[in-house]
Order: sequence, then structure tokens, then C-alpha cells
Amino acid sequence: MSEYKRPTSEIEFEQNFTQKKPLMNATEAHFESSKCLFCYDAPCITACPTGIDIPLFIKQINSGNMTGSAKTIYESNWLGNACGTICPTGELCEGACVFNHQDLPPIQIGRLQNFATSDAIKKDKILFTPGSSNGRKVAVIGSGGAGIACACELRTMGYEVDIYEAKSKPSGLTLHGIAAYKITNQEVEEEINFLEKQMGLNFICNHPIERKTQLEQLETEYDAIFLGVGIGATAQIGLPGEDKINVVGAVEFIEELRMKHHQLAVPNRVVVIGGGNTAMDAASQSARMGAESVVLAYRRSKEDMGAYGFEYKLAISAGVESVFNAQPIEIVGNGKATGVQFIRTQEVNGRLENIQGSEFIVDAEMVIKATGQAKQKHFLELIDGLELDKRKKIVVNDQSFQCTNPKYFAGGDAVNGGAEVVNAAYEGKMAAQGIEKWLNENE
Amino acid sequence: MPNLNIDFAGIKSPNPFWLASAPPTNSGYQIMKAFDAGWGGAVWKTLGVPVINVSSRYGSVNYGGARMAGFSNIELITDRPLADNLREMEEVKKYFPDHAVIASLMVETKEEWIQIIKDVENAGADGIELNFGCPHGMCERGMGSAVGQEPAVLQTIVEWVMEVANIPVITKLTPNISHIVDPGLAAARGGTNAISLINTIKSIVGIDLDTYAPYPVVDGKGTNGGYCGPAVKPIALEMVKELTQHPEIKNIPVSGIGGIETWRDAVEFILLGAESVQVCTAVMHYGFGIVREMKAGLEQFMIDKGYETIYDFKGKALPNVTDWKHLNLKHKVVASIDNDKCIGCDLCYIACDDGAHQAIRIPEGNGNRIPEIIDENCVGCNLCSLVCPVEECITMEQRDDGTQHVSWDEKTKANAIPTTFDDDRAGGKGHFVPTVEDALKHRK
Ligand SMILES: Cc1cc2nc3c(=O)[nH]c(=O)nc-3n(C[C@H](O)[C@H](O)[C@H](O)COP(=O)(O)OP(=O)(O)OC[C@H]3O[C@@H](n4cnc5c(N)ncnc54)[C@H](O)[C@@H]3O)c2cc1C
Ligand code: SF4
Repeated sequence: MSEYKRPTSEIEFEQNFTQKKPLMNATEAHFESSKCLFCYDAPCITACPTGIDIPLFIKQINSGNMTGSAKTIYESNWLGNACGTICPTGELCEGACVFNHQDLPPIQIGRLQNFATSDAIKKDKILFTPGSSNGRKVAVIGSGGAGIACACELRTMGYEVDIYEAKSKPSGLTLHGIAAYKITNQEVEEEINFLEKQMGLNFICNHPIERKTQLEQLETEYDAIFLGVGIGATAQIGLPGEDKINVVGAVEFIEELRMKHHQLAVPNRVVVIGGGNTAMDAASQSARMGAESVVLAYRRSKEDMGAYGFEYKLAISAGVESVFNAQPIEIVGNGKATGVQFIRTQEVNGRLENIQGSEFIVDAEMVIKATGQAKQKHFLELIDGLELDKRKKIVVNDQSFQCTNPKYFAGGDAVNGGAEVVNAAYEGKMAAQGIEKWLNENE
Repeated sequence: MPNLNIDFAGIKSPNPFWLASAPPTNSGYQIMKAFDAGWGGAVWKTLGVPVINVSSRYGSVNYGGARMAGFSNIELITDRPLADNLREMEEVKKYFPDHAVIASLMVETKEEWIQIIKDVENAGADGIELNFGCPHGMCERGMGSAVGQEPAVLQTIVEWVMEVANIPVITKLTPNISHIVDPGLAAARGGTNAISLINTIKSIVGIDLDTYAPYPVVDGKGTNGGYCGPAVKPIALEMVKELTQHPEIKNIPVSGIGGIETWRDAVEFILLGAESVQVCTAVMHYGFGIVREMKAGLEQFMIDKGYETIYDFKGKALPNVTDWKHLNLKHKVVASIDNDKCIGCDLCYIACDDGAHQAIRIPEGNGNRIPEIIDENCVGCNLCSLVCPVEECITMEQRDDGTQHVSWDEKTKANAIPTTFDDDRAGGKGHFVPTVEDALKHRK
């Protein structure tokens, strides 16, 4: 039996997807903030990809300067509110908290961050204003964390910025890809509205940039172009039977779930293929949607999984079963998948080998492929002189985030191959500064 | 952006945050680091006669999870050669011409005062602070608080100094005295340009239960120290107000010192009339970087309130600090508990029942621990709301309609001072008196 009842209403959906890091109340925030030691050259700051002055914002919560606290956070990270709940904090800031060395629980940095920024968002505090116009224009392609951070940063410097987004809503995977128990749609949208209001962000949604002519037009109209296009849809894995109708990509599955909530029908038997964080999220969420059996299958051993330990544990605690050393060889069924055929694997001298004769089938009414996203190769190849590395990542200068075609700058998943929103926020901001520097030098 | 600049008795500073004369201002190295971190000024560790320091030197009061809620030291004035200090002072001014460098001084004879003032002026100091404060060591040699506690002596020395000084002079006062106005007036009459207070409070922070010696222990013995840190702020705030409200002193700029750690503390001092604030313990605990919280908070406060300069709100709380006899006896507040927030610790109940006015009960038989206010007994003392660990759970609600005002002073003038205990509120007429049985009901 599954642990979760199938949600039939928004309320039941919310119960199954209770937030892992709920908003703190004032007492909790006061108590938690009073524990921070205000370490010198604090390790948490170094561990945060955006380098937020964490002891400062925590002390500001404690001394009642909530506005200042939110400002401290947003000065480093334009997605401060979302990051507070979706960052893998145990691997980042909280993992570096010195309390860990005394077996004390680390300060709950993420939730405090979310508390301070939520207060500013709720009260509609004006923390920043756009810089006075400098007459320059930048086109941002993609409105994920990278694009938004780049746009906000550029706005503070007085740039006119147009953000072209293929989807109907801004936010990229923060809205469409993050597990629903980490952040609500409302929270994501409130932060974007908050930024939009004070920074004057011009989102042009339902507007994919897909053709060379479009790019050429952008090149003539704008002083620089920022690519924050992410890594796109789930890739084909070349498995026989992959095209059956109930075989879906994890990113697409999660997007549908984030948009439809309880109205998404998830069948009783689900198999998830993959061993990364996306696989964990897809499995966890299938279980929370009331699937009776969710099997997570990974072709290597447990130790080889790319997923964070805490994400795996979360999936298991939601009732997900795992099968390791299982290589999918075919999706079986007649038009519709009824199962996945696997073959056992083992490592021999560091190489993964199939064990002949060990085939087995796991029944499935839906198969979720969490085996990686396709990258935006086709689109990126339309840009002249834009170099991609072997793994199809955009090659950039690591300080300025400028591409090999100097008019282009890039950041986020498209550059790092798929990391966290906090990395995208950092890279987008750095790219904005890179653009400013480059344009100043070439004036 | 608000403007944090101050012109303190002629000493210009980019912001009101100064380091107090103490270990953080021992050297040019530290002061340059501090200015770089955002401090506006620094009062150099006191220069004077040669001394020898002991080891160890500091003790602290830890309260619950908080370390150094109170802090004590038995360190003397600088033990570094005067020439080194002067050379470094000159160097600091070279790198930071717009920051305030103030030389704290403590010597004995008139000749010594004249000489050392000349020395620090030559080194480029922007001002002088006279240390009449240290309550340990130096006072045993007739300096520090030994001077601060003798208004006549203090005035004489201020007069000597004023005769020769060409830069602004701040007189730093000791709190180890019954009436802070006395040395304050002496400083004013001696012609001081400004006053700073408080220096540390004579104290013993604790006793080692194995060696029977007070902290900090020096080879089995100890002595009284000078107490500072967050715990002393209330005393400092009151003393600052005594001076800033005094008709003969109120026009003299005051630098507030004592327990300042956050922007809030600084704003409080300024609201009571201080123009700059000096910080020591917070820096000894957290380093110079702590100033970033103070500066950002002060700026945000000024933005939120619409103030452009420090002078827009300096002293703004002073009209509201009055004598008890002017307080409105008709004002009435009563505690109110938010049942949804209550976590059932019942600290408010026991605090009120044992420690105050028996105005809270725990209703029996309803299966929870949520206490109830007995309205008729509540005198509005605040105690329950102070002990409550939940933010905004117990609030004090106003019960008078705000139209009536009677003070003790007005009663006195109207010849209406009560001769019986007939006030209608709890505490007077009709006060609830529990029975002997109530008091002894838990007796075994
Ligand atoms: C399943 C899953 C779970 C995740 N969980 C977490 C998590 O818990 N915490 C965390 O921090 N990170 C998580 N991540 C990673 C995180 O979502 C990404 O690192 C981050 O969103 C990258 O931001 P980005 O701006 O680079 O790209 P994206 O968020 O992918 O945004 C790219 C945007 O560009 C648009 N776009 C693409 N091409 C075009 C075009 N040609 N024209 C116009 N618009 C275009 C897209 O529609 C999209 O809106 C997760 C990712 C996945 C897939
Ligand atoms: S942005 Fe993420 S990593 Fe950085 S402090 Fe906030 S929660 Fe931690």
C-alpha cells in the first residue's frame, strides 16, 4: 500500500506536498537568529554560491531590522526567497555551520532567509530602485533564475532589459521543475512580482527565440544578449519502446504536476529510471500523488548515485522502493508500456557489465525517464562563433560569463550543465557585471 | 541615502560609530582595520604614564546561551611606548584624514598634561578624551576614577587642559558615583567641549568556586574590575539622559558609551541626546565587522522614519523622559493572552502568582495549560508579557479611553493627595486577597 492517499482536491494535494521548509513564525525566527555566533569570515558565506553575508542578515533579523536583512540577502542573491526553501542547504550554507562540529544542529539559515525575504515581499518593501537610464539595452533569453538575476542586476545599473520567455510564465524551473514540497507556485510568483514591481522587469512571455533571423534582430537591437536558456527537455535515451505513450520525461512530468496539482492523473505503478536528484524528485512526487508502487531503478550501485543522500532518504520515506544495478534494456508493452525490462549489472575492474541471463521485468503503468536533459544544442548552434564544450555546455569566461561570441553572455544550467537555482542566480548576476564591464571597455 | 556625518564639538566624523578607548584601539594596525571596516572614529587606548599589566585580565558574565552579556576587565592604560603610539597615530591620520582620531589621556601633574596634549596635537589627533573613569588600578595611583569621583579635582584638571588644548576636549566620566550630574557639571564648568560616558562600573563578575578568588584570577587572587557589555546599557542610558536633560549641561555634545552592540542600541543613545556612540565589548566579541550591522540598521531606521541626518532625531526621546510624579495615573493597561499562540509553559502564571499580583489563574479541568488573566486583579505591571517566551503572545491592552490625565504632581498641587488606600484599581480598594488555605494548598 502506498503511504499517500491519492489527492482529489487542492487541499489534499497540499497535505501530501506539505512544505519541507515552512515559513517560520516570529518566535521561531527570534529564537533561531539569537543562536547565530556571528563567526568571523563565516564558513557559511563561503559555502553559499552567491556569498550572502549570512551572519549579518541573521543579526539583522534578531535586532529587528527586517528590511535591512532582506536587503542584505537580495544584494547577493536576486532569488533570495526561493533559494531559502529550495537550496540544498545541508550541502551548502548549513552544511558549513560550525555548530556541526559540536554535533549541534546547524542554524536554519535557509528558513531564516526565507523568513526575512517573505516579510519584505508581504509588506511590499521597496528595497531597490532601477538605476537611472544609461541608454543601453540588453536582451535576456530565458526567465529562469539566471535570466532574472541578470535582468535585476542590469536594471540596478540603468539598463533597459527585455526578457524573452518561451513559456507563458516567467521563472523557469523554479516554477516548473522544483519539487512541489519545496516551494509553492504562489511563493515563486510572489517573489517575481515583487522584483518586477521594483526593478521594472519587462517579461515578454510566450515568445521563444528559435530562429536565426530572430537572433540577428536581437543582435542589431541590443547592446548585449544574455543566454539563460537552461538545458531543456528530457533527452532520448535510445531505449527500445521509449516512444510509448505512457513513457514520460521527469522534467515534463514534474512540470505537469506543478501546473495541474491534484488534477494530474498518476497511475498505480510507476517506474522511475535514473539516479540523480531529478529521479528522486520524480519518484518522491509520484508516491505523494498516491501511486501504489513506485520503483526507482538505477543502473549502478547506490554509492554511485548522483543524488544527494537527503534526497534519496526523502524518496524512501515517501514509500519509494529502489532497485540498484539494474540496466533498462527495453520498455515492454503493446503501444502502451506495461513494464520495463532490466538486466542486472555488476562492476568489473571499474567497468559496468551486464550479467547475462539476469533479465527481469518490473511492471509499470507509467515510466519516468530521469536520465538527463537534452541541452539546447540545436538552438545554441544558431549563434555564430558560440563554442560549446564536449558536454554541450556553453563555454564562458569564468569571471565575466562572456561567451566566445563576445556579444553573448550566459549563465545558469546552460553553462554549468545543471546545478541549482542559487548557482544560476550567481552566474546571472556576474554576467550582468561582465556585460557592464565589457560595454564600458568598448565604448 | 541618509547622511550619517557628524560634527561632534568640532570633531568631524563620517558616522557616529566610534571605537571606545580600550583594547580594540591599542594600535594603529587595529584602528586602520576598523576604519576600513566602516567605523567613523576611534578613541585611542589611553596614553599616559608607564604601567605594567597583569595576566589574566578579563572576566565575563554568561547568561543562558549568551556569552559575554557582561564583561569585566582589570587592564590598565596602554603599556606600549608613547612614541610608538604617536607615530602610529600620525600614520592613521595620513591614511584616514576624514576619520576621527581622538587621543585618550591620563596623567597626573599639570606639567604632564601640558606635555602630552602637545604630543598628541603634533601627532594629528582630532580631539582629546580625558580618562577620568577607570575604576581599577589607576585609581589606586590617584588617577582615573579617583579624579572622576572628585568633582573639584576633575574641574581643576579640565581647566588645566582647556588652557592649553587647541583641539576639542571630551571629558569621560565614571559611573561609579551617586550623582552623575556632579562630575558632569564640574566638567562643564571647567570648560570641556564635550562629555563621554559611561566608563566601566566597579564590579566583581564571579568567584572561582575552587580557588575562592574573583574572576579574572591572577595567581590565586583578583580585584574589582570595570564592568561593561550589553548588561550595562540601561545604566548608561540613564546617565546620558541625566546630562542631556540638565539645563547647564544639555548644550554640551555627549558621546554615549555602554553596552552598544546593535543599531538599536545606538539609536537609543542618540534619541536620548548622544551625538556619537562608542563601542568596545561588541568589538572584543565579534571584531570590527560588527559595525556593518549597526550602520545598515541606523540607515534603515533613518530611511523608515524619513530622517536625513543624525541631528533630525538626536534627543527626540528626551521630552518623554520625565519624573515619576508627572506620569498619568489614569492610564490603565491589562494583560491579554493570545490562546492560539500560548504554548502552555505557565511561566506567566507563576511569575504573577509568586512574583507579582495574583492576577493569572490556570483554569482547572479544561485539559490544557492555557492560563487566564483575572482582569480585576491585573495592575498592568507587564511582568507576564516580559517572561512569556512567545513573540506577541501576551500583550498589554489599554483600558482607559485616553481622555483623562491626573498625575501625582497635579494631585499635590490640587491638594488631593490620598490619605487612604482607596484607589479603585487593583492594589488599592477591592484588591483580591487569597486565603491562607490558598497559600498553603500544596503543603505536604
Ligand atoms: C527536477 C528538477 C529538480 C530540481 N530541484 C532543485 C532544487 O530543489 N533546488 C535548486 O536549487 N535547484 C533545483 N533544480 C535545478 C534548478 O531548477 C536549475 O538549476 C535552475 O532552474 C537553472 O536556472 P536557469 O535560469 O539556468 O534555467 P531554467 O530554470 O531552466 O530557465 C530557463 C528558461 O529559459 C526558457 N527558454 C529556454 N529556451 C528558450 C528560448 N529559446 N527562448 C525563450 N525562452 C527560452 C525556458 O522556458 C525557461 O523558462 C532542479 C532541477 C530539476 C530539473
Ligand atoms: S542562497 Fe542558499 S546556500 Fe546561500 S545562504 Fe541562502 S539558502 Fe544558503
